[in-house]
This record gives sequence, C-alpha cells and structure tokens, in this order.
Amino acid sequence: MACYLTTGKHFGFYWSFVTVLVLLAVTAPTALLFGFGGATAARSQFLPLRWFGTTYISIVRGVPDIAFFLFFVIALDQGFEFLRHQYLCPDWTDRIWQGNDFVVCSAAKLPLGNAPQWVHEVYGFLLAVLTFAIVFGAFAANVLHGAMQAVPRGQIETAEAYGMTRRQAFWHVLVPQMWIYALPGLSNLWMLLIKATPLLFLLGVEDIVYWARELGGTKQARFSDYPHGDWRLWYFLALLVFYLAFTRLSEVVLSRLTRRLSHGQATIGATA
Amino acid sequence: MKKLILTIAALALGAGLAHAGSHSVIRMGTEGAYPPWNFLNDAGEVDGFERELGDELCRRAELTCEWVTNDWDSIIPNLVSGNYDTIIAGMSITAERDQVIDFTQNYSQPDPSAYLAMSDDVDVEGAVLAAQTNTIQAAFIAEKGWTLVEFATPEETIAAVKTGEADAVLADKSYLTPIEAEDADLVFLARTELIGGGVGMGIRESDTELKEKFNMAIQSMKDDGSLNALIVKWEIGEPF
Repeated sequence: MACYLTTGKHFGFYWSFVTVLVLLAVTAPTALLFGFGGATAARSQFLPLRWFGTTYISIVRGVPDIAFFLFFVIALDQGFEFLRHQYLCPDWTDRIWQGNDFVVCSAAKLPLGNAPQWVHEVYGFLLAVLTFAIVFGAFAANVLHGAMQAVPRGQIETAEAYGMTRRQAFWHVLVPQMWIYALPGLSNLWMLLIKATPLLFLLGVEDIVYWARELGGTKQARFSDYPHGDWRLWYFLALLVFYLAFTRLSEVVLSRLTRRLSHGQATIGATA
Repeated sequence: MKKLILTIAALALGAGLAHAGSHSVIRMGTEGAYPPWNFLNDAGEVDGFERELGDELCRRAELTCEWVTNDWDSIIPNLVSGNYDTIIAGMSITAERDQVIDFTQNYSQPDPSAYLAMSDDVDVEGAVLAAQTNTIQAAFIAEKGWTLVEFATPEETIAAVKTGEADAVLADKSYLTPIEAEDADLVFLARTELIGGGVGMGIRESDTELKEKFNMAIQSMKDDGSLNALIVKWEIGEPF
C-alpha cells in the first residue's frame, strides 16, 4: 500500500494539488486587480476608458467559461507568437496561416521549440493564470463597481466638503469603505474559482481531476506493478473531500473577514 | 490590464532573443491512456509500443525528441497550432483526418476492431454501442446508423459496458485484448470489423521535411525487421 501510494504517478497527483493551490493563490489577487481596474475604468469620466471598462465587463461575463478557455488561450498564444514573429523575423516570406497550420519562424515560437518541458509547463500555467484572471476579473469588476455605487453618497459629499479632490475622495473614502459591500460577491467568486480549476486541463496543465481519472482507471498486470479495477470512485471521493474541506475553510476565513470589515461601518451589520 | 499584457509581451519578446535557434527538439504528442500503444507507467512516464518505436525513430532520424501528453479530443488542434510537432497516438490514417494534417507511412497493419461485451450473444445492430469520440470506430457505428454512445477516454468506454450503460464497446482489438484477458466478466463477440488503414504519425501539412525524415526512419525499421519485433513484443496486431 505504501509502495502503491508513492509511485511516480502518485507524486504527479500530489504535485497537482500544489499546482492548483498555487494557481488559486496567484490568480485571486490578479483577478482582483483586473476587477479593480475594470471597475475604475467603468466609472471613469474619460469616455473611451469608460467604454473600455464596460465592454470588458459585459463581453467577458457573457461568454461561457469553457468557450473562453478553448478559444481565447489558443488565440492569446498565437497572438504572442505573431507579435514575436513580426519583430524577430521581418524577412520571413512564407505565409503564417497555411491552410489549417499556424506557422511562425522557429525563433518566434513560445516557448522555443527546444525549451525543456518544464518551461512549456510554466508557460501553460501562466496562460492559465492570465485567462482565469481575465474571466474572473470581469465578474470581480462588476462586483466592485456595484460596491463603489453602494457606498453612501453622503460620504463622498462630506469628503468634498472637506476640500478633498476627486482622486483623494476616491482613494481615502470610497475604496476603504467599499470592501464590505463587495465581500459577499467576491466570496462567491472565490468559491466559483476553486471549483473552476478542473478547466486547467483544457489548457494542458495536469490538474487533480486529470490525475484522479488517470490513477483510478483500470490497470492491467501487463502494464503496471499494481493492477486494479476501476477505482475512479475512490479517487473522486478523495477529491470531493478536498474540495469540501477547502471551501469550508474559505467560508470560515471569509466570515471572519466580514466581521472585521464591518467594524465602524454604516452597514446593516453595524448601524452608525 | 493593458500594462500587464504589454509587460508579458515584452518579457516574451526578450526571452526569445537570447537563443533564437533551430528546430532542434521534436515534441511528440500522445494520449497516454491507450495501452499497449501508449500509456503512463507507474513512474508517470509515457510507455508502451509507441514510446519504444518513437525513441528508435528519433535515434535513426538523428532527432532529439520529447514526449508530451494531450487529451485525445484536442490532439489535432494542438498539433496544428504548433504546441507539439507530431501525433504518435495510435491514430489510424483516414481520408477525413488527412484533410487537416499529414500522415507518415503506416507503422502498423490495419488492426481489426473488435466488440467487447458482458455476454457473447449481443446483437450489435440492435444494441447500444460505446466508442471513444473522434475515433474510426465511432465514425463506423454512426455511419451504420446503429445506436452509439461516445466517451472522451477509452477507459470510460469499458466502464460503460461494465455498468450496463452500453451493451458492447467497439475498439482496436489490440487495446481490448489485455482487458479481456484479465477481466472474467468481459468476452469478445465473434464479429469483428475491418476498418481503418493502419496507424501512422500525424504531422503538420507544412512540415514536409519532418515527415520525410520519419518516413525514412520507419522504412528502415520495416526493412531490418526491428519494427516487426516491436509489434510482436507489444502484441499490437499482425507484423508486416
């Protein structure tokens, strides 16, 4: 049993938990940043910026995640390679799109064709972070935009009465107070993000669901030292426990955060 | 957000300048879930007939090769967009696939497809049949107008028969044989289907040079009998 659980394959499985946790740890702040940018842009006084913000929010929110992951990532990857191609191989005469093939000069490949496998994996991981951040950033932007509107108008008027500029009122009055309004929406997003991680495999990153399926599958004695029947149920049960434990932990942390942010706030939780 | 994308693009541009170079590593894309053709061994590495074959072909063609696994469903799109350079995944050569990618010459004989079921009296024409998506078997059942349920992985097609969701599974005989041998509940039907034109490596249509290299390497392995030795060793069908 101990031998079985320590095969190279199982280490791949354990390692994928780390991958998922790192992904969450990196993506959540990035998405929040995108969201903040989007929300600020959407309420900007500068018209093109406002258009940019509202377009970003409404387009990304309207496209199904899975379509976004299938289409956008390949497009993003090809976009980077296209830019590099234009820059690195200006003398290239062949066409880039030859029928179905997307062909750029080998110096423009991303990562380079001769890069070791881990570079490819890190690159795939970064593409995953970027895609998750763009998708969840749009939702976060909508939440934050709503939260900014929810801060009582009187607070801003008071700030203006004290002679603060628009920018000062935004950073010193609006932003510190908006979080309590944003938190319920953001905590929802966090839960959704946890559950969306199996989409990673679409991007070529081997996540926990991929390994559970692979390890649980029937193994014949000819091809493995540890032949067994269909054990996928047990592996998926382990994943279920992991996801439930993780979301439960998140709930506890988020409810503590809510209590802390409610202190001294003019919300229903703590009336002024 | 714009800034972030620009920064990443700048980083990406910078990284490439250091060693702009040749097409020196060939990335071999496979599924890793189709024993004895290709599967992940206990150590988590790609193993099987195609692993041994691919390594030998790369040695003969003097190429450095690296193995990558990819979902069967998206194995062709990812080849075409350049994420790896070959598909070596038990893929039968068909006219339909040939329109999108190119194939090397075949490195296995056409392998009859067999039906595996819980009892040997299943009538395939009225039965529910399982097959993996985007395979010649799925296309065959669909063309016949029989009842077809498709699954993303080969493993799931077997599980469907065992749970009774499907009455029989149609797949390459070489894949089903080890499963039948070790599972007392499953039996082959007498009927087999001759579909497919042998298995070859998939290569981008624009990559003719690479295709020629592999064609020559496969020919040399056919000529000196080492390909037949591998076919016998892994029991993947009739030798040449």
